[in-house]
Amino acid sequence: MLSRTAENLFWVARYMERAETMARLLEVGARIALTPSTGHGYRSEWESLLQASGTADGFSEKYGDPVQRNIESYLFFDRDNPSSVISCVERARENARIVRTAITGQVWDTLNTAFQEIRQIERQPRSEWEITELCEWVARQSALLRGAMDGTMLRNDGFFFMNLGYALERADNTARLIDVKYFVLLPSVEMVGSGLDNYQWQVLLRALQSYRAFHWAYGGELTASKIMHFLILNPASPRSLISATRKAMHHLDNLESFYEVEPGTGLPQMRAKALMTELNQTQVAEIIEEGLHEFLTRFIGEIGQLTALVQQTYLSGDAR
Amino acid sequence: MTEYFNEMFDGGKVRQPYSGLDGWMREMPSELRAMKQAEAEALFRRIGITFAVYGEGGDPDRLIPFDMFPRVFTQAEWRKLERGIKQRTRALNAFLLDVYGRGEIVRAGRIPARLVYQNDAFERAVSGFIPPRGIYSHIVGVDLVRTGPDQFYVLEDNCRTPSGVSYMLENREIMMRMFPQLFRENRIEPVDGYSDALRRTLASVAPAKCEGEPTVAILTPGHFNSAYYEHSFLADLMGVELVEGPDLFCEGGFCWMRTTEGPKKLDVIYRRIDDAFLDPLCFRPDSMLGIPGLMDVYRSGGVTICSAPGAGVADDKAIYTFVPEMVRFYLGEEPLLENVPTWQCAKADDCKYVLEHLDELVVKEVHGSGGYGMLVGPKSTKEQIENFRHKIEDNPENYIAQPTLALSTTPTFVEEGVAPRHVDLRPYCLVGEKIELVPGGLTRVALTEGSLVVNSSQGGGVKDTWVLAE
Repeated sequence: MLSRTAENLFWVARYMERAETMARLLEVGARIALTPSTGHGYRSEWESLLQASGTADGFSEKYGDPVQRNIESYLFFDRDNPSSVISCVERARENARIVRTAITGQVWDTLNTAFQEIRQIERQPRSEWEITELCEWVARQSALLRGAMDGTMLRNDGFFFMNLGYALERADNTARLIDVKYFVLLPSVEMVGSGLDNYQWQVLLRALQSYRAFHWAYGGELTASKIMHFLILNPASPRSLISATRKAMHHLDNLESFYEVEPGTGLPQMRAKALMTELNQTQVAEIIEEGLHEFLTRFIGEIGQLTALVQQTYLSGDAR
Repeated sequence: MTEYFNEMFDGGKVRQPYSGLDGWMREMPSELRAMKQAEAEALFRRIGITFAVYGEGGDPDRLIPFDMFPRVFTQAEWRKLERGIKQRTRALNAFLLDVYGRGEIVRAGRIPARLVYQNDAFERAVSGFIPPRGIYSHIVGVDLVRTGPDQFYVLEDNCRTPSGVSYMLENREIMMRMFPQLFRENRIEPVDGYSDALRRTLASVAPAKCEGEPTVAILTPGHFNSAYYEHSFLADLMGVELVEGPDLFCEGGFCWMRTTEGPKKLDVIYRRIDDAFLDPLCFRPDSMLGIPGLMDVYRSGGVTICSAPGAGVADDKAIYTFVPEMVRFYLGEEPLLENVPTWQCAKADDCKYVLEHLDELVVKEVHGSGGYGMLVGPKSTKEQIENFRHKIEDNPENYIAQPTLALSTTPTFVEEGVAPRHVDLRPYCLVGEKIELVPGGLTRVALTEGSLVVNSSQGGGVKDTWVLAE
């Protein structure tokens, strides 16, 4: 497969996963806004969401104070924001259009329909939309795409590159979301373990649509260390760092086997395996000891390096 | 008032080829028609058959208007056209091989040397080069118009990268989906063999150094190009890679694709970019689209480029007037298809005539395309005519003129129902080991009443083209 084709497929999945993360963030924001000022006296949660999405600077340049309506526009509809839902959907669809020959009709149809629909949505007055509806729409598009990929695509390199894109973007996004919780939402270290702390963990679980799953997995009581375990180390949790890493490793293995090279000899695999081994042996207590923020920063760096190796090995066309 | 040949109605009588459509047309309730039209548009949009127009504002993915009323040929009419097109295509390729070789047609005084060797499309870089099977133009789109039951004229030949074949195929797909009963009731020759034929054609011109099964790819300028859909559609149908310049590099006398498994040798390039952009070392140094060193690889037989660089010298509007001469010179046959009588403003007598009759003639730029830079005399204001007069006087060599042809009309669905609209036809002739064309082509239709301009860039539409089986 052309390296450029592989790269485009990789980014189709990354953009759709990113769109979904943006939508999830927005939904959490909308939820907080409905709760009577739980976090009064502290920094606005809305602002934290901008931090979490990595778009705070762009927003403040354009709008100044974080006002809910503006944040909604910025995160969902604004083309000046490269991470907005509309930017991500349009870029996913454009990337897919470039590699029409490498995806199935149904996968194209899903992306193209999402693109047509978001343009319709954009044309209607904003007041006609509830933010929850919009977010559900994004989650549905994302699910439709995964379903179309799963149901119709050949199990070849194209499929593996798309799934690799999904896995790496998800690992990165989840890590950033957790980091924001820890670094931005919580004003001081004394607050750790307080009621506010627990409430914010809950918000995070909701952002990842894992609130109920958590309860099924751990029983009723919410504690910071259980939630950390769930979001970082629990292989049953679909958005945990360990799940995303395992998925990346799995598809790197698939690529090796598809290209009939000796298993485990590729640089990206070796890196992914090392990361996986580390996560397998890690305890929550060790993460707390290292410092959650430090741990996450290191993890995000690892994922970045893994992505760079994938780029070098497969997507640049330079490797022999 | 000019009398136009109506392809469906002869007086009040329905001509035979269209007899299967008369009842269909009369019995279709207008609500159903509107519904089907909307359905067709939704299908085109969903499949993504769009004509991307970037940088002009508006919808970046414009649909070309699709008219559901098919245009029909009988088997006998088609056979005649087919023979004429194949003959013309053979002559054009013989001409190309000759002018890049010994130049016998020029030496024999049948075509002025200036028109060939000082032509912008003449590529010195391929002088003396004989491509595989001696073929320069592998896909020839011949534009035809009809003025009477037995009268067809060739408007122009497209020897470089004729576009629109995806519409020929998709129009048929959509018609079959929407009106299956029409295909049960009428015996219509299929066109879906085109992609296999194209693949066969391209594989059959693999370069000398190719061993084993040739690897074929389509070279596109990229997804911002207005014909990008067509490029990806053809790559998909043929199961070959769609590549852009940066996906390729030249090394060791071959051209390679950058793939996830390392470099892969490429044997045949069906290029959809202009000569000038193929190789920055040979042509335009500022081009980002091309592949440095490609022309060296090409000339040493490491890769075949379709159509060959330099093929454009045969489809120039000034050269066009000599195509019947080429048929006689190279094939020793009488041309089966006629040219439109053409005045060349480069000739003093012709120019004088043209300037005196501007209000009756169609004047075209020699290198123009897409319906731009032309004057349709009878449809123009005095002022437009005067403006054009100055342009011709300033640079007569740049213009040719033709009489305003009475283009045939076919029934077309319009706001008020069904009305005659002018059409032309572009069949696609493939030249490889064999010369073949599928029974059909792209019919373009001028949707504005009375308009003779069918180009999609000027508001033209397209329709399905039927060739009836015996």
